[in-house]
Amino acid sequence: MLYALCFLLFMIGLYCAVVKKNMVKIVVGILIMEYAVNLFLVMLGFRQNGVAPILDESHLESQTALTHFLNNAVDPLPQALVLTAIVISLGSLALMISICIRTYERYGTFDITEIRRLRG
Amino acid sequence: MSIPLPVFIAIPLAAAFLLPMFGKRGKDAATVVANAATITLLLLAVTCIGKSEVYEIGKWPIPLGINLVLDGLSSLLLLVISIVTAAVMLFSAGYMEQYTARAKFLSLFLLMVAGMNGVVLSGDLFNLFVFLEIASLASYALVGFGCGHEQLEAAFKYTVLGSIASVMILFGVGLVYGNTGALNMAYVSKAIQNSGMNAGLGFALALFIVGFGLKAALVPFHAWLPDAHPSAPAPISAMLSGVLIKSLGVYALARVVFNVFGVSLQIGWLLIALGIISMVVGAFLAIGQWDIKRLMAYSSISQVGYVMLGIGLGAMLLARGANPAWASLAILGGLFHLANHAVYKSLLFLTSGSIEMATGTRQMAEMGGLTQRLPFTRATCTLASASIVGIPPFSGFWSKLILIIAAVQAQYYWVAAIIVFVSLCTLIMYLKVQRYVFLGELPEKLSRAKENGGSMLIATVFLACLCILMGLLVLIPGLRSTILEPAVTVLTDGLKYSDTVIGML
Repeated sequence: MLYALCFLLFMIGLYCAVVKKNMVKIVVGILIMEYAVNLFLVMLGFRQNGVAPILDESHLESQTALTHFLNNAVDPLPQALVLTAIVISLGSLALMISICIRTYERYGTFDITEIRRLRG
Repeated sequence: MSIPLPVFIAIPLAAAFLLPMFGKRGKDAATVVANAATITLLLLAVTCIGKSEVYEIGKWPIPLGINLVLDGLSSLLLLVISIVTAAVMLFSAGYMEQYTARAKFLSLFLLMVAGMNGVVLSGDLFNLFVFLEIASLASYALVGFGCGHEQLEAAFKYTVLGSIASVMILFGVGLVYGNTGALNMAYVSKAIQNSGMNAGLGFALALFIVGFGLKAALVPFHAWLPDAHPSAPAPISAMLSGVLIKSLGVYALARVVFNVFGVSLQIGWLLIALGIISMVVGAFLAIGQWDIKRLMAYSSISQVGYVMLGIGLGAMLLARGANPAWASLAILGGLFHLANHAVYKSLLFLTSGSIEMATGTRQMAEMGGLTQRLPFTRATCTLASASIVGIPPFSGFWSKLILIIAAVQAQYYWVAAIIVFVSLCTLIMYLKVQRYVFLGELPEKLSRAKENGGSMLIATVFLACLCILMGLLVLIPGLRSTILEPAVTVLTDGLKYSDTVIGML
C-alpha cells in the first residue's frame, strides 16, 4: 500500500516534469520524483518498532537482548544511500535553478514553448 | 606491479579541485596541469591492458564495502576514454582561448573524466550511480558553458532528461536492493541466479534500460542529444559523442544486462530493435541537417545504434543457445565499433570545431572551398569521414564488416542488409559535408580563414593516425587477443562474472 502511494508520488513527479510548460514547475516535478525515490529507499529500511543498529554491551549481556536486537535493528544502508542521493539531488537542483535564472535573463520568460530556437 | 585502481578516479578528481585555485593569471599553468593529468591517465590505462583486478576500497571486504573491478571490458573502455580525453584536452588548450573562465572549464572537464572512469571501474550498483551523476552533472554544466541562448536551452533540456534518467536508475538500484539485499554487482547477480527473476527485478531491469537508454540517446530517448551536442563547445561535443554516451549508456547497460541480470531472448531482441531504430532514424535525420555539428550529432545516434545492434545480437544469440562463436563475433563487432566510433567521431567534432573557429559559422550553406584555406583540417576530416563511412582500410570498415559477417552467420540477412543500407546513408551525409564545406567556391568573407596550428593540430593528427591504424586491432592476432577479446569474453561469460569477481579476491 505504502509502496503504491510512493509510486504514485513518482508518477505525479514524472507527469509534472513531462507536461508542465513552466521551467520552474518542471524542476519541481523532477524534485518530486527524486523525493519519491528517496522515500522508497527509506521505506526499504523501515521496521516497525525498530531500534538503532548500534551494537553495544547491553545487547551482549543476555541471549534475549541479542535476539531482540537482531530482530529489531533497522537496516542502516538505505539511510546512507538516501543521504548520498539527497546530496546529489541538491547539486543537480542548484544547477537546474541556475540554468533557469540564466535563461530567464536571456529570454525574459519561463515558458518553454516560447524558448524554442533549436529545432529539427 | 599492480596499479591501485582508485588512481583513475583520484588523479582527475584531485586535479579538478586544484585547477580553480590557479585563478585568472594561472590559466596556462592550469592547462599544463590538466594535460599532464590526462596524459598520465593515458599511460596508466595502457599499462592496465590485459590485467584483471579487484580493489576493495578501504580494505572493507565485499559485500560490505565498495569494490572497483578491472576486467577486459573495463580496461577497453578505460583505454578508449583515456585516448579521447588526452587528445581532446590537447585540442581544448588551443580552442578554449575564445572563452573566459578556462580554469573552470578544465575543472568541469576533469570532473567528467573522473565520473566516467568511475563508472567503468565500479563494481557496485549504487557507486555506479554516484559516478554516473558526477559525470552527468559536469556534462550538463559544460553544455551550457557558453551561456548563450541556445546553450542554455540545450543545457536545460539535457539536464531535465538526464535527471529523469538518473532518478529512474536510482529507483532501479533501490528495487534491486529491496529484492536481493545486495548492491555489489557480483552478489546481486548471485542472488538473482539463486532466486530467479521476480516482478520487482523485472521492473528494475526496465527502469535500467530506460535510464541507460536515455543516457546513451537510443532512439525513442534521443531528444536531448541533437541539441546538447552542437551547443557545447567543440571539445565537449567530442567528449559527449565520443565517450560519454558510451561509458554512461552503452557500457552500463551492457554490464547490467549481461553480468547482473543475465541475458534473455526478449532483452536481446529489445536491444536489437533499439539499435536498428537508432541506426535508421538517426541516419535519416542526419541527412537533412545543414548545421555541421547537428549533422554529426544525429550521426552519433546512428552509430551508437550499430554498437547496440552488435551487443543485442550477441545477447540474443547467447540466450538462444546458438554457436557461442557467433555471439562473440557479434559482440566483438559491437565493441570494436564502439572504440572506432569514439576515435573518429571525436575527430570529426574536433575538426568541426576548427572549422567553426576559422569561419565563425556552423551552417554548411555558408561555407565552401575551404580546402586551400584549411588543408590539415580538410585532410583529417576526410580521413575521419572515410572511417565512419566504412571505406577500407580505415577503422570503420573493419567493425562494420565484422557486424555484417556476424549477422550473416547467424542467418539474419535482413540485419546485414540494414547495416549496409545505413552505411550508404552515412556515405551520403559525409559526402554532403565534404561537398559543401571543402569543395566548391570559396565565399568572399571566408577568404581570410586560417588554419589553427599548435596543439589543436597535434590532437587532430594524432586521432587521424589512430583512424588509419585501428584496423590493426583486429588484423594482428596479438593485439586482438590482448585488447578486444578479453572485453568480449566478459560479456559472453555473462553471469560467470560474479564467480570471477569473488574468485579474484
